[in-house]
Amino acid sequence: MSLVQAESLTKTYRVGDIDVPAIKGLDFVIEPASFVAFVGPSGSGKSTLLNLIGCLDHPTSGTLKVLDTDIATLDRRAAARFRGENIGFIFQDFNLIPVLTVFENVEYPLRMVQQWPAEKRRAQALRLLEAVGMADQADKRPDQISGGQKQRVAVARALVSQPKLVLADEPTANLDHDTAYRVLQLMKKMRDEFGTTFVFSTHDPKIMGEAETTFTLEDGRLDSDSQREELGHA
Amino acid sequence: MLDILAIASRNLLRYRRRTLLTLLLIVIGMVAVLLFIAVAGSFKTMMVGQFTDSVLGHLQVHRKGYVASIDNLPLNLNMKPAMVAKTEEALKADPGVESWSPRIKLGGMFSNFAETTSIRINGIDPAREAATVPLLSDRLLEGDKTKPLVERGQIVIPALLARGMKTKLGDTVVVVATNRDGSVNGKTFVVRGILEGISGPGGRDGYIHIEDARELLRMTDAEVSEIAVRLKDFSRLGQAEAQMKQALEGRTNQEGKPALEVHTWADLSPFASLARMIDLMTLFIKIVLVSIVLVSVMNVMIMAVFERIREIGTIAAIGTPPGRILSLFLAEGLMLGVVGTVAGTLLSLVAIFGINVWRPTFAFGQQQNLVMAPTIATGDVLTIAALVVVVAIVASLQPAWKASRMDPISALRHV
Repeated sequence: MSLVQAESLTKTYRVGDIDVPAIKGLDFVIEPASFVAFVGPSGSGKSTLLNLIGCLDHPTSGTLKVLDTDIATLDRRAAARFRGENIGFIFQDFNLIPVLTVFENVEYPLRMVQQWPAEKRRAQALRLLEAVGMADQADKRPDQISGGQKQRVAVARALVSQPKLVLADEPTANLDHDTAYRVLQLMKKMRDEFGTTFVFSTHDPKIMGEAETTFTLEDGRLDSDSQREELGHA
Repeated sequence: MLDILAIASRNLLRYRRRTLLTLLLIVIGMVAVLLFIAVAGSFKTMMVGQFTDSVLGHLQVHRKGYVASIDNLPLNLNMKPAMVAKTEEALKADPGVESWSPRIKLGGMFSNFAETTSIRINGIDPAREAATVPLLSDRLLEGDKTKPLVERGQIVIPALLARGMKTKLGDTVVVVATNRDGSVNGKTFVVRGILEGISGPGGRDGYIHIEDARELLRMTDAEVSEIAVRLKDFSRLGQAEAQMKQALEGRTNQEGKPALEVHTWADLSPFASLARMIDLMTLFIKIVLVSIVLVSVMNVMIMAVFERIREIGTIAAIGTPPGRILSLFLAEGLMLGVVGTVAGTLLSLVAIFGINVWRPTFAFGQQQNLVMAPTIATGDVLTIAALVVVVAIVASLQPAWKASRMDPISALRHV
């Protein structure tokens, strides 16, 4: 069973009286435990596509199934529950909660979304912090650590609730090349360790080379070569 | 819930100065309201106590029409013995009545053999009067407070009259009065006491024995002008008034209407208007408090939501249910309300205690050196505290609702 399956997927925004198509009839599948990149220039539809896969938005037409669930059928509350149970997020600006410590940020999804018992969530958060090499920084606040460290914490937070899919929108855009490379290696390592599928967007050619499957988006459409590559990989 | 409160407290501490300023506004509002309620309430209670316990009693029963003409002290509107008996029967049957005192009220001329002036007099049964208005003797500026207020042949006169007429204890004076038939009669009395005057009706009356009053007015029947009633529980006043009215309904005049009227102290004293004004001011200051809390908490919560839009987008994206996002912001409002309430209450209690230690005095009308001794009922404190907390939550509702309904994509894009 494919983890993500899109058929004739379109997304059109209405700006004033004008319809602006952002995604134009995409067909693709993403397999479990894969390491996938959506690449393309700014405005090509990468973020829109990630928002759709992350159940943050609804398609205008076509179908998009994530873990065999048609995301168009999810209302706001159900979508939040689905995301909490199945999807982790890594953001370009890290988006750690400034009033919480590193440990509490990682613990947050277990505490406020899934409501695990205190002891169990503590063990899980520490395990993830160790996995990303941030256990020794657990008591620090986000403003006391570097950008690379913040993204490591964000990776740990995305993985802490053991999601099947992690979405990362330009996860390395605010990092220098070396740090970006190390974060990607960490994501790969996590994929290998936890079997989680990572889908990320980037427009950085050096970073996109790290992906095992690459979809190239241009003006809301998938490049035909990249689609073939994915089908071949499947 | 504890998790939500813990995160809410961190968020409040994030902007310490703003949180402190908001708390300060709530505390100032709380202190203002509680102090006002304590001081004004105590003043009201003390003054009402003065009127009811030294002049009026809690309730009074009159013949119909008497109160409407009370300035003339009309002797032709006195209660007949049958009316008195009926009233006393009803009073005896009411377990809430502690005591009652029949009075004859009359106007007369007071002479010290050198000068003459007018005087209003109450003819009383001293024992029953003392049971019904126990603070009356305390108003004696001169004269033995431990003895009955008056005995036969004695008169107690108000201080202003004593000063004006240069009359002292033990002086012999004459009171001349016109009876119902228009005949004039006089009687000599010995001044037994000089009474401090108080504001309001009856506050500057003299007192003689009820039998002397009957003699002076040449009454053949045991008529009375009014019956003052003291209740066991003053808070039951409204209920007691209704019961009394019902009990006396059967006594009708020739027109078939009730022959007797029941009035509370508030119907008889202009201070009731002042008391109502105090209640109105208390209500007004409560509205001011609600406005302060509403505006300050709503302002701080709107700012909190606006400044944390990306954060809200993040927690919404990672799956925090909208209800929990709502709770996070409501908890911040709740904590502002609770902390402000606790601090405000403690400060108010300290201030009230301080005033009670300081014991400032003030004058009201004829009365000097009244001691301000504010007290506040637990019920009032709890009501104001609950009001502040509820208003703080209500003020947070709109910003919290907005946060919980925020579209994660737009929120994450917010700069």
